[in-house]
This record gives sequence, structure tokens and C-alpha cells, in this order.
Amino acid sequence: METNNVIELKNVAKYYEMGDDTVRALDDVNIEIKRGDFVAIMGPSGSGKSTSMNLIGSLDLATKGNIYLDGHDIEYLEESELAQIRGKKIGFIFQQFNLIPNLTAKENVMLPMLFQEKDGAEREIRAEELLKLVELEGRMNHYPNQLSGGQQQRVAIARALANDPEVILADEPTGNLDTHTGEVVMKFLNKLNEEGKTIIIVTHNPELAKEHAKTIYSVRDGKIESVEKRVNGKWIKHR
Amino acid sequence: MKKDYFVLALGNLKHRGIRSWLTILGVFIGIAAVVALITLGNGLRDAVTGQFSSLSADKLVILNAETGMGPPGSTAITKLNEHDIEVINKVKGIEEIVPRLIRITKIEFNKETEFSYSVNLPEDKNKVEVFWGALNNIKTESGRLLKTEDRNKIVLGFGVAKNLFDKEIEAGDNVLINGKNFEVAGALEKSGSIQTNHLIIMNEKDMKELMNIGDEWDMIVVQVSDSKYTETVAEKIKEELRKDRKEDIGKEDFSVQTPLQSISGVNVILDIVNLIVAGIAAISLIIGGMGIANTMYTSVLERTKEIGIMKSIGAKNKEILYIFIIESGLLGLIGGIIGAVLGIGLAFGISGIVNLAFGSEILKVTLEYHLILGSIAFAFVIGLLSGLMPSFQASKLKPVDALRK
Repeated sequence: METNNVIELKNVAKYYEMGDDTVRALDDVNIEIKRGDFVAIMGPSGSGKSTSMNLIGSLDLATKGNIYLDGHDIEYLEESELAQIRGKKIGFIFQQFNLIPNLTAKENVMLPMLFQEKDGAEREIRAEELLKLVELEGRMNHYPNQLSGGQQQRVAIARALANDPEVILADEPTGNLDTHTGEVVMKFLNKLNEEGKTIIIVTHNPELAKEHAKTIYSVRDGKIESVEKRVNGKWIKHR
Repeated sequence: MKKDYFVLALGNLKHRGIRSWLTILGVFIGIAAVVALITLGNGLRDAVTGQFSSLSADKLVILNAETGMGPPGSTAITKLNEHDIEVINKVKGIEEIVPRLIRITKIEFNKETEFSYSVNLPEDKNKVEVFWGALNNIKTESGRLLKTEDRNKIVLGFGVAKNLFDKEIEAGDNVLINGKNFEVAGALEKSGSIQTNHLIIMNEKDMKELMNIGDEWDMIVVQVSDSKYTETVAEKIKEELRKDRKEDIGKEDFSVQTPLQSISGVNVILDIVNLIVAGIAAISLIIGGMGIANTMYTSVLERTKEIGIMKSIGAKNKEILYIFIIESGLLGLIGGIIGAVLGIGLAFGISGIVNLAFGSEILKVTLEYHLILGSIAFAFVIGLLSGLMPSFQASKLKPVDALRK
């Protein structure tokens, strides 16, 4: 499939069975993530933005429609192939940081590389570089519970970058951080975008989206309400 | 690459610290119970067997019909006598005939009075050999064994010398037997048989004089020259005695006990003991196994989210399973080893207390390597499987569902 889209959701729906009811979390959603873009998926809680983030990150499977990751329809991938591609192409940053509590900062950053079968020396050098990049060179052997929220989120960023993925997918990356620390984290993401990485953030915060993103998908009641793109500093509605 | 997972798992265990130890605790309590109970059960079986082992396969015992409770032969209405020995002696295949006296005896020492069993040391050298052989050639703990030429001397069983009286009796001490003064030549070492520990051994002549015993014996022990023919010799002896006493088959007023006969009764007891021991082992294995499975299962289950995180950063199911198999296998192994050591300690401790309480080495426990290795392997395998099950389930979840836990 010849495309400039890293990730594409085509007519995607996600339903949950709740007893006798069917909850339509997402219905007929189309999202195209272009290489190098900075995309914000925005919407209030319950809008379906978290569901779309899980689908974009191939952490979940759609009820209907197709999801393409780097041109592959993920429905037809073996579980192990999908894990392999996911680990290589997407770096995750979670609101809850989701570091492994029993591993040090450095070991956490090394872990995604282990799953890509990089050898030990290479993993260690790369992890140290990345932790330097997020200004945590003095905290490499600390465990997550010995780090502040901002520091943990920076470890998570370093971990997301471990396999040099094309896409960074961040779910409310500043949600658990104070304003200042949140700014620092967002600056990192901007810098990574300038260096060519595709960034996707999921947020409920319109200001955050408007300040940093280039494309904003507004989600409401399981549908895409609008798509806006920034052109020469102005927001232009596409849909 | 496998080594990396091993290092990762080991680091995980180390950092989880107290949680790991709690899981190991769950494993080793189970294994300690298994090892201790089975070891003690085996000891119990050996103790029961030991009480009956004084009858060896090449010895027969002839008794007259008895009236009641007491030492074997001592309550017979008509006693065995020299004439019976002559009759028995006609049978071929007999190596030695050792007539025995066994009597309840009053023994006084240090102003205390107690009762125990006196037995006669035969006068003939060959018979003496059979006598000590029946006691497994026991040695003395202090003093010396009784000689046939000794007069007014006795040798005491371990229990009589050490435990019967407030004060221990030592070699050289004097005691009153049925009111008459005897010098203690020696005390026997501790035996596995309660009977042996309660013996008072004296020379035949002394015993007959002391107790005014004429031509009578409480039992006659026959040493067969070849244990293959023990049953045949027993049949022949029965035949001769019946002929001599003019009795019909089935109406004898005597009995010839072969080891098989006496042991067939014992076998029922042993079968029961064996069944109980096997039952204890089975129950403790089930309880131990369930404890291990339970702790391991919970410890993996509570880490479902971690599995979700690992999946989202690119772990394949296979790799997640590696990590958890190594972890739970290690926990099982460590718990198994600690449990085995603890269980052995427990078994030895309990047998020590029992032996102290009985004053003789009645419950002997031994290290059984196949039990130890087997229970460690058991802990390892159960640990592995019960860690594998929840991690397999968790790895099958979609990452989003695992993350939500």
C-alpha cells in the first residue's frame, strides 16, 4: 500500500457489550496520521478519544473497519508480528507513566530494545544516551518510586524513543504533572517533532492542543466532529 | 538473549524483595510439611517394623497354650520341659535349641521398687551365641556383657539402667532382684526395641535358684540350620510333639510360631501404617501444592498490568512467558530447597523429642535423598505451572485489557 500515512483508521467502529446494551464508543471514524505531523486527538472524557488512542496504537482491535500500521492491516497480522511492529514503530507515553516498578530507569529504557533483540552493550549505550537527552543522567539507577512524576514521565519518553520509532503516541502526557513540568515534557515532544518524528497526543485540553499540535481531531460522542489544520499560524477547518 | 531474560527475572525477584520472600514462604511451608511428614511417617513405619524384627527368618518359637497376659510362655498351664527338648531334638535340620525363661521380676535400687523382665543367659557357648544374636549382638554402654561363669551378676537394658529409677544405675552398683543382692556387670546400649531396653539378663543357674524354677521352660527357641526349611522344620516339630502328647491336628495345646506366621499378623499392621503414611504424604502434597499454586497465581495475577506495559512496548507473548516462567521456576526452586532443609530439621527435632520422651531411640528418622530431591522438583514444577497459567492468560489479553488491570 503506497501511502504517506504512518497510521490510518478507515471507517473504524468500536462497540462494547455492556450486559444487554451495546455501547458505541466509536462509530465510522476516519483518521489519517501523516509522517512528521503533530496530531492532537481532543475531546472531553467519554468522547471516545481514549478508545481511538488504543486503536491507533494497536493496543486494541476494532469491531468494524480497518486499521493500517505502516501500510499493514493489523487485523491480518500474527500477534507476535504485531508486537514486533508496534515495538519498532510506536513509542508510548502514558498518563500513568507505566514504568515497570521493579526495574531502574536505565533498565526500563533498555526493555523495549530487548524485545527487538538488540544486544546488551548496544542497549546500555543507547539507554544512557536517551536518559542524557531527557536530562536524567544522574538518575539512571533509580527505581520509578524514587523519581518525581516529571522525572518518571521523562524516563517514559526516553523509553518511548528507545527503538527510534517513527511515531510517539502520548496519552494525556501532562495529565499527572504540574504546569511547569508539563511544559518541559511538551517542549521535548515539540523538539522531537522538529527532528522529524510523528507525534500523536490525546488530550482533553484545547489550549494544549492549539499550542503544540499541527492537526487537531475533535472527538465527540464517538464521532469525529472536526479536523483542523494549522496553516501559516491559522487554524483551517477541513471537515 | 535467553540469558538477558534470566537476568531480568532475577533482578525482578530481587527488587520485589519482601513480595518474593512471601511467595517463597508460601512455597516452603508446603514443602517443609511434605518433607517433615513423609520423613516422620517413614520413621514411624521403621519403628513399628523394628519392634517385630527380633524374630528372624531362621528361628522358630515353641510355646505352650497360655492363659493370659504376661511375658510369653510364663502363664502356660503346663510348662515346657526337658522332655519336650528331647522330642524336638529328633527333628532334622535343627542347629541349636535354646530354652528360655522370661519372668516378671522385682528390682530394688536406691530405696525404690520397680518391676521388669528377667531372662536367662544359657550356659552352653553355642546357645549363648544364639541368645546374643537374637538381640542383634547388642553392645554395652557401660561395664561389660554377662559371661556364663559370672555368679550373682546381671546386665541391665538401657531403660532399666537409665530411666526406671530416679538415680541412674551404673556398672558396679548393687541392686536387689526379688530380694537378693546382685552386682550390675554392665548396661546395654540403647536399642530400637522397647523389650530389649527393659531386660534384666542373668545366668540360668542364678535365675533358677532365685526363682525356684525346676524342670520348666517358658519358651523354646529353635535355630534352624537353613532358613529355606524353616517352615518344614516347624511342621516336623509339630508332628513330633503331637505324637508325643497324643494330640489330634488342630487340638494342640502348644504352638510353633514361624517368623512367617508371626509376621503375617505384623504385615497387616504394617500395611495399615504404610497406608496411613502414604495418606499423610498425599494430603501434605496436595496441601503443599495448592499453597504453592495459590501464592504463585496471585503473585503473577497482580502483575497483569506489567504484562500489558511490556506488550505495549513490543514484548511478544513468548517473551513474556519466558520472564514469568523463569521467575516462578526460581521461586519454586528456592522455596523447595529452603522447605526441604526446614522439613528435615523439623522431622529430626520431633523424633528427638519423641525419643527423649520414650527414653529410647524408638523413632529413628533418616535423610532420604529421593524424597528431598523429589520434593524440590515438585516445588519447582508446581511453581512453574502455577506461574505459567496466569501469565499465559495475561499474555493472551489485548494490551489494552491487560493495562486496565
